[in-house]
Amino acid sequence: MQKITRDQLIEKAASLLGNGTVSCVLGWEKGEFDYDVTPALFETESELREKFVFGDFCGANLSKYLVSKTRKCEGRILVFLKPCDTYSFNQLLTEHRFDREKAYVVGIPCEGMADIERVKELCGDGISSVTADGDELVVTTLYDDEPVRVKAESVLAERCVNCKSKKHVAYDELIGEDGEVLSSARFDEVARLEAMTPDERFAFWQNELSKCIRCNACRNVCPACTCERCVFDNPSSGVENKAAANSFEEKMFHIIRAFHVAGRCTDCGECSRVCPQNIPLHLLNRKFIKDIDDFYGEYQAGAEVGSRAPLVNYTFDDLEPGEVFERGGQDA
Amino acid sequence: MRKCSLESIDRVFAAINADASLYLPVDGDDGKAVYTKWEDGVKWSGALNTVRSPKSFFFPQMEDLVQFRTEGKTIEVIDPRKESEDFVVFGVRACDAKSFEVLDRVFLVDPVDSYYASRREHGVIVTVACTRPVETCFCKTFGIDPAEPAGDVSVWKTDSELFWQSNTEKGEKLLEKLADLTEECTDEAVAAQKEKINSVMSRLPLADLKADAFGAGKTMKFFDAPEWDELSESCIACGTCTYVCPTCQCYDIKDFNTGNGVIRFRCWDSCMYSEFTKMSAGQPRLTQKERFRQRFMHKLVYYPEKNGGLFSCVGCGRCLSRCPISMNIVKVMKTIGGKADE
Repeated sequence: MQKITRDQLIEKAASLLGNGTVSCVLGWEKGEFDYDVTPALFETESELREKFVFGDFCGANLSKYLVSKTRKCEGRILVFLKPCDTYSFNQLLTEHRFDREKAYVVGIPCEGMADIERVKELCGDGISSVTADGDELVVTTLYDDEPVRVKAESVLAERCVNCKSKKHVAYDELIGEDGEVLSSARFDEVARLEAMTPDERFAFWQNELSKCIRCNACRNVCPACTCERCVFDNPSSGVENKAAANSFEEKMFHIIRAFHVAGRCTDCGECSRVCPQNIPLHLLNRKFIKDIDDFYGEYQAGAEVGSRAPLVNYTFDDLEPGEVFERGGQDA
Repeated sequence: MRKCSLESIDRVFAAINADASLYLPVDGDDGKAVYTKWEDGVKWSGALNTVRSPKSFFFPQMEDLVQFRTEGKTIEVIDPRKESEDFVVFGVRACDAKSFEVLDRVFLVDPVDSYYASRREHGVIVTVACTRPVETCFCKTFGIDPAEPAGDVSVWKTDSELFWQSNTEKGEKLLEKLADLTEECTDEAVAAQKEKINSVMSRLPLADLKADAFGAGKTMKFFDAPEWDELSESCIACGTCTYVCPTCQCYDIKDFNTGNGVIRFRCWDSCMYSEFTKMSAGQPRLTQKERFRQRFMHKLVYYPEKNGGLFSCVGCGRCLSRCPISMNIVKVMKTIGGKADE
């Protein structure tokens, strides 16, 4: 369960709207059910009171919306950012994707967000309501007479189980206490893949990526993918493809995308959250992050604004390609 | 009506598979059901439905249409189609079965799409009545009865038995093949089962959703509705809704240069994409709001207008559970359809 409440956020937003600090608010809007939350822009206090929601299903990272919304809105936009979202925010600023002055960041603490798929696994399908109660979620379904109670921590999204930081790296003001950078187990799964033989690893990715339907949700939600026009959408690029013609092309899209965001991916995990086919796309990005950490020293994209990512920087201490190979590159 | 025990299902599958490939929903490694070719040991999934709809059996995401090979001054034209073989799709739900009717009205009208037609001809659809509809289901909104699924054969599942009813000549033939494994029975158990399903349907959160406000002739009423701005505000312009949708039917045709010729292929396309239906003057719908509006207007107004009032949404709920931002046709219908007539 989240430590801050919807009402606290509405109060904050209403006062900032009221005193003219911001002209609109980027937040989450309630849906048909308790879990289908939609990112939304609010312009008035009454809109906020009617539709704004905050809770365990507000996983959507709002930072990328600033690219389009800061261009659209007059005045400043209040954006509520969870700790992990602030890394994306900084990375977007590093890449000059929007005007910092047009955003007013209210950092909000996060206790980890629930994954509705995990809720369904534990409680069964046909969810008619999900409400938080202490450290539990109370789930009613169409098929159980009694509500099912589950520990909130047992239905956390993978990215939240392996949360890398509870610390806000960007904000104009904070609600609640700031946390710390955590030592997470987020690379364990990557290590497991690295321990496979190349054939096993190939089979793993072949299986995962063959599920891809090329809906582009991973790309479109990704805060590191903000090209005005993606090379894969551009018929003049020569590599445009709307569907994978063969298993090579299936892999090409995701691997090229992973290369493209290498060093810029903050590991926000949105790609895996939105994948309709449940492909663990974040593992490709984490492999790059892990390698960059190993080869160039620890680096967290978005930890600060303006840092030069190791892959686009040069120092005399940089590894030579041969060394990369010797230090494990042959299996990488 | 014929029946067999649930325990004998694998023998039934084997019998169907003996002279036509059998496909059925099977749980994948991520726990999600996927249509999979049956073979010994493959278990029919208990899931309500698959993430990807069965439209791919007739309208695959990618297919080669024709191939040209050049050699010197000659061009060879190659038809890459192989004679389609008979196949059976088992476990189709009522919503998806209805989607084939929606697709037929696009692909089987003049000029008939021979690629699609050939697959339809060779495919036998075995539907299974729903037992556990979920909160995202709203097929009833479009007049679909999950207790009476269409298809060549309809099947009802109880705790211990399967009941089979043929609806077409193709279905009749399939049941003839299963004569030794099934026995004649009355339809009492099925009637009880239908009642059970209907009692669940009335408890669904979307049970009262109505499509009456939409349909033929409503273009001008909804086209300029101010709500489209807000509804499309946070759409990330991905194609998830269109690609998991059982009725979305748009495609692109492209030429792939093979070096010594061309493979002309078609693949699914999405009205949500900026490159969709690009013409010499560009994309006719310049903003995401226009693309977003197109998708829902097509389902709820344009398609019914051209097809005797038939909506091209079947209420399967896939877009409800898969959209990255949880924006979907139900929210659209409730937002703009709830408006009083102006």
